[in-house]
Amino acid sequence: MSEHSTYTPGTGIEKWLDERLPIIRFSKEHLMDFPTPKNLNYWWTFGAILVMCLVVQIVTGVILAMHYTPNVAMAFDSVEHIRRDVNGGRIIQATHAVGASMFFAAVYIHIFRGMYFGSYKAPREILWILGVLIFVLMMATAFMGYVLPWGQMSGWAATVITNIFAAIPVIGNPLLELLRGGFSVGNPTLNRFFSLHYLLPFVIAAVIVLHIWALHVPGNNNPTGVDVKSSRDTLPFHPYYTMKDAFGMVLFMIPFAWFIFFAPDILGHPDNYIQFNSQVTPTHIVPEWYFLPFYAILRAIDFNILFIDSKLGGVIFFGGSIVILFFLPWLDRSKVRSGNFRPMFKWFYWLFVINFVALTYLGAAPAEGIYVILAKICTAYYFIHFLVILPVLGRIEKPRPLPTSISESVLGKSHA
Amino acid sequence: MPAASDVHRTGNGTLATQAEHSTNRRDFIFVATGSVAAVGAAATIWPLINQLNPDASTLALASIEFNLAGIEVGQSVTITWRGLPVFVRHRTQKEIDEAKAVPLSDLKDPATDEERTKPGHEDWLIMIANCTHLGCVPIGEAGDFDGWFCPCHGSHYDSAGRIRKGPAPLNLVLPPYEFISDTLVQIG
Repeated sequence: MSEHSTYTPGTGIEKWLDERLPIIRFSKEHLMDFPTPKNLNYWWTFGAILVMCLVVQIVTGVILAMHYTPNVAMAFDSVEHIRRDVNGGRIIQATHAVGASMFFAAVYIHIFRGMYFGSYKAPREILWILGVLIFVLMMATAFMGYVLPWGQMSGWAATVITNIFAAIPVIGNPLLELLRGGFSVGNPTLNRFFSLHYLLPFVIAAVIVLHIWALHVPGNNNPTGVDVKSSRDTLPFHPYYTMKDAFGMVLFMIPFAWFIFFAPDILGHPDNYIQFNSQVTPTHIVPEWYFLPFYAILRAIDFNILFIDSKLGGVIFFGGSIVILFFLPWLDRSKVRSGNFRPMFKWFYWLFVINFVALTYLGAAPAEGIYVILAKICTAYYFIHFLVILPVLGRIEKPRPLPTSISESVLGKSHA
Repeated sequence: MPAASDVHRTGNGTLATQAEHSTNRRDFIFVATGSVAAVGAAATIWPLINQLNPDASTLALASIEFNLAGIEVGQSVTITWRGLPVFVRHRTQKEIDEAKAVPLSDLKDPATDEERTKPGHEDWLIMIANCTHLGCVPIGEAGDFDGWFCPCHGSHYDSAGRIRKGPAPLNLVLPPYEFISDTLVQIG
């Protein structure tokens, strides 16, 4: 996008470099001069916050790997060794563990922002799909990282999640043994999870590069959802949004730091401070909070559907709840992007958010009584939102009039 | 072979010649080369995948013997076979009678009590202790059917280890085992 560039190499060395590897030109175009809608609110700072989260996880993770031992006999003790003996290890380990939660908190805000403002609609479908792919990779990475401390919750999470694959007809059981490297979760499982947990963050980083590339072709969406029409609608990314993003990061670090320093274990489970015992399952096992909505969907299917048994059914709905996100750009038929101008969508959007929070609550509730029924209702609603409500709204809803430009929406008609 | 001057690049970059028969031969060579390369790639990837399968040391733990002598009526123990937990339960007469009284039509995964035990040893129930839903170890003497209850996702098993309620699709799995004597079993 050379048309945005105002770069002219100043010195002889810059000119020499520019003709061989135009890295300064590229940085200036994409990190400094990039034209960005001038009405972005603080929900748009979460992209930069997420990059910061990934950097924090990689830096702390590489350090933890210097002190951690991926062996069933030593893994649990080596994590305690990090927390008690390694210089500053208590804070570094807490940052990594809390960092996973903060990463997911930020990614959920980022996803729900995209859903409200229609950031997945043309021409940003690939951008959205890459984002969902990053979310899936994040879930795989977080799950395998959670297994590494080899506590009771670690081992049973590994058992339950690998068992999901056993639901696949015919190849299920051989696949399960292939994934675990044994008949049960054991040392081979721990070793490969450690290897993949180290690998996947770098895969995520690569997909983020594609995600930002796909962002920089059409440019940012904005709270009005109206396309950029002229340079009056935009500001250069630096210093306007570098500063706004930096301020967002500082605000985000406040709860992050609070958890690290004052409540590093509050998001975890006491059972994970008991070493893994393959003979005894803790009486109440639940995943980390960020998996609860999908876990609730997995559990909700406790009945056979035609020839599909309840176990495979649960797995299909669990997988489907994530896969359906890939199709969102084509399920929402409305031409209007921003929820601000969609009077009916706005209500259904918040109903979806409430339903998602309810699924989170139900995922942690015991699988009995009223909770089972509520989980089924909320699971059904989750799919109805995507498969019925969004396509129908696109047909029947009458959107409010859109501003003719971003400038007009910011400054009022008289200035437009 | 056509002369070099007969060969020209077509619009999409593939090589073609004026002569029809050479084009066919060339296509064959392309397909054949591609096929060999694909087989070679698959043959190279297979060992890279296969290394994930259970290794020799894991497979070596396939068979164990266990002495039942110390287990009283109404008592259960959990032992380990192939890294998996295995329930060994010395059932009470009440549990056996309850299991036999259940009509097969009530069962999600129909199996008689006789099929769940060995003839002449109906007081012994030996099962892999992983819930058939997602593999948690159920809690004994619990649930609505006087058997096992899985705390993870709420599956109930009866006193013959058969699934009665909840998301698990199948009865608790029976390992291959046989009685060597009245008090000694070989599992695996």
